[in-house]
Amino acid sequence: MSDAKSTFLKDAAVNAADGDQRAFIRKALGGYYLNRDLQKARFRDWERARDAASLAKWTAVNDLANQLERFTTNFERNGGVVHWARDAAEARAIILKIAADANAKAIVKSKCMTSEEIHLNDALEKAGYGVVESDLGEFIQQLRGEAPYHFVFPCMHVKREAISELFTKHLGTAPTDSPEELTMIARRHLRQLYVDADIGITGANFLVAETGQISITENEGNARLTAALPRIHIALSGIEKVVNNLDDLAVLLPMLATAGAGQPMTCYNTLYSGPRKKGECDGPEEFHLVLLDNARTQLLADPEQRDALHCIRCGACLNVCPIFKNIGGLAYGTTYQGPIGSVITPHLRGLKQWNHLSGASSLCGACTDACPVRIDLHHHLLHNRRNAAKAAPTWFDRLFHGGFDFVIRRPRLFAFGGKVFRATLPVLQKLPLPYLRAWMKTRDLPKAPAKSFRDQWKESRHG
Amino acid sequence: MADARSDIFARIREALKVKAPKPHFKAEGTTGQPVKVGKPWLPDGGETTDASLAILAEQLAKLKAVLVRVPDEAAAARAVAELAATKRWQKVAYHGDPLVRTVAQALPCAAWEADASFEKQQLEGCDAGLTSCESIVAQLGSILVSSASSGGRALSILPHVHVVVARVDQVVPDLAAALEQVRGRHGDRMPSMLSFITGPSRTGDIERILVLGAHGPKELYLLLVG
Amino acid sequence: MRVSLFVPCFVDQLTPQVGVATVKVLERLGHQVEFRAEQTCCGQPSFNSGQWDVARRGAIRALEVFRGAEVVVGPSGSCVAMIKKFYPELLKDTPHAAAAADLAGRTFEFAEFLVNKLGVTDVGATFAKKVTFHDGCHALRELRLKEEPRRLLRAVKGLELIETEEAESCCGFGGLFSAKFPMISTAMVQVKGGALARTGADYVVSSDPSCLLQIGGWLSREGKPILPLHLAEVLAHEA
Repeated sequence: MSDAKSTFLKDAAVNAADGDQRAFIRKALGGYYLNRDLQKARFRDWERARDAASLAKWTAVNDLANQLERFTTNFERNGGVVHWARDAAEARAIILKIAADANAKAIVKSKCMTSEEIHLNDALEKAGYGVVESDLGEFIQQLRGEAPYHFVFPCMHVKREAISELFTKHLGTAPTDSPEELTMIARRHLRQLYVDADIGITGANFLVAETGQISITENEGNARLTAALPRIHIALSGIEKVVNNLDDLAVLLPMLATAGAGQPMTCYNTLYSGPRKKGECDGPEEFHLVLLDNARTQLLADPEQRDALHCIRCGACLNVCPIFKNIGGLAYGTTYQGPIGSVITPHLRGLKQWNHLSGASSLCGACTDACPVRIDLHHHLLHNRRNAAKAAPTWFDRLFHGGFDFVIRRPRLFAFGGKVFRATLPVLQKLPLPYLRAWMKTRDLPKAPAKSFRDQWKESRHG
Repeated sequence: MADARSDIFARIREALKVKAPKPHFKAEGTTGQPVKVGKPWLPDGGETTDASLAILAEQLAKLKAVLVRVPDEAAAARAVAELAATKRWQKVAYHGDPLVRTVAQALPCAAWEADASFEKQQLEGCDAGLTSCESIVAQLGSILVSSASSGGRALSILPHVHVVVARVDQVVPDLAAALEQVRGRHGDRMPSMLSFITGPSRTGDIERILVLGAHGPKELYLLLVG
Repeated sequence: MRVSLFVPCFVDQLTPQVGVATVKVLERLGHQVEFRAEQTCCGQPSFNSGQWDVARRGAIRALEVFRGAEVVVGPSGSCVAMIKKFYPELLKDTPHAAAAADLAGRTFEFAEFLVNKLGVTDVGATFAKKVTFHDGCHALRELRLKEEPRRLLRAVKGLELIETEEAESCCGFGGLFSAKFPMISTAMVQVKGGALARTGADYVVSSDPSCLLQIGGWLSREGKPILPLHLAEVLAHEA
């Protein structure tokens, strides 16, 4: 068993048994469901909009080389600098070098999951930079020393009392149980940090090939401030974020907001092209974009699951996932939690280590129905299971499914086996048999009938 | 060893040698299609000006942004002056657009044109930022500001209150129309920042409970002239 | 119509009354029912475990078993989805692809068959109880059956249908998932079962016997006063 799997099983078991925490998460998501449905109802045809969003991403991803080339040409023409990183280490090195060249001291960041993926904060802090996460949820998680719980709602699992304690401890503020007051504490604390920072680091939600702009989606305004006040703006993005045309955003931005947060649009959707231009009164002097592969091209090379690169990171699949809701985001041990994380993590970090996430699903399909860009999420979990079984079959599976195969191809043996199973079930239930014991721990089995359906059929029709 | 760029492009080209089937959906009017092709499946932005204005008013109300309709510039100036007095603003920064400048001149407090280079700290101390905008999107209640139309990047985000002054003919029905207009207006010389502002700054990060004014303005006013 | 019955393996062995009820309803409507005894399991446990070679052999076998059947009807959204949706995927680019597509077109889930194929909603059943309906995920999301079972239930004399707040939430069965990840599966059925118990219904009805195994197993262990019942059993019930 991989380390990742044993940790997962342990954490998932603990969290799944925590009824209070599970109820807290369900309650927190209640408002989201309500608002999402209200906003979806404003779409004149939500399913057609999903088609359009999916097609926009399909078109870009399947023409990635050309669209990336087109994007970077336009981005550079706007005065930005493009950096390429094959993996996390290269991306960290690029950003560290920009910071060193600029003699930077303080860095302010807005929410960027790609930076979590490459463990950027650790690297920057080790190199002696002060790094502050400015998104409220990320700020709270940074103070807690914990990874984001949900890639859109990073601290949705933390109760207000804990946040108040955290702020008292780190910021010396008076305790309060008001979310409003807690938000204002963070607002006051962070304002001066934007002004003082030398470098602002953001992510990117879309890279528009046609215009060379990057698009950033947010609600709080912290990304706007991060890209406005510091002298240098660095954006970090996966290479798959490209869309062909500006017009594609007319579909994707509202879809992202509605699916992800139940909003018509998130509060700020901002397009950046280059640093401060001649005649503009503010903005950064330098604008760097780090484009990261980090195994995305491996996923690209699998046409069956290539659509997973369409993901716009809205988080809709997490919000409806019964696994996510019951085990929580931290148990996954991944940068990207929930169904999309279970699909892509084996590609990004190794199937052998991470296939258990694909197994940990009832394949209910709620995620696939929720996905605004129609990624075939739950079927990809099946594909991962197939690929893993093929790559490294376990002796248990060979024995179990080999035996199963043998029996189901022999109807008489199947009927006889069934009879023995039914007759011995009361005894079997008490034995430490794999699977059966796990079932019996929390659930009963119906009383085994004396006669199977096939027996009854035979008797009634031919008897 | 090849550089990272060539390596990544080589990986992409190799990966795409095996084609993925194109999804056979019915939606047209996405990538590769001219913007004018309608997107009748998205939220409605109104077919007539009146319809668009009605949708806009409804959206802004839901977003907790304040819409003030005024007949002319003088009325706009009076409305902003009244707001400044009620809210006891000490200092307002504004963008030097002619309409905004007219309005700013009627302010009963200190007003500072922030279009030239400025100290960030100075702007941080302002109570409100007064700007124009590129357009207003009825469909979503979004106000499109740019580094050209709102005096740079910070003026519309750093002060605690953001007041936008615009003319009624700046209202466009939907996002597609706003993007098309931007492309027509700026071509390949886009302002370095274009931002769709949809309501005052907000967060739900604490227990998914809505709080306004996370980092950006807590209050957003749209004065629509005409 | 001559209906070839597809009885899921665990219905055959553990809940044969579901198969008997299915036959009863179909015969009451005047159809001829046959049961081909060479059938065993659709292969889904292996398919879901990634053992596609095993599942593929099972699928090819099923193509043989049901060869020539006019229609194949099964009282399980999950097992029918295996035939209708996943056999074609398993057998694409093989010589069996056409036969798989053909069988998929002839195979129906029980409620789907009654409502969409036969155009029947009132099957002449009487059942004076309060029931709530659980949507099995395969029926709901693979086969897109939502209204069909409800239309059948509404036509049952004396029956009161109560919707539950978690009707579309997964019960947590997921085949071997329920035994491989029992703690997650149990958490899911707690949510589901809790909501079902709160409805005050006498029975939780579903078109998926596997969900009922999970839900019923948990309700029984927890001593909740609501019983699992298959849709076919309700429709077979007469005054």
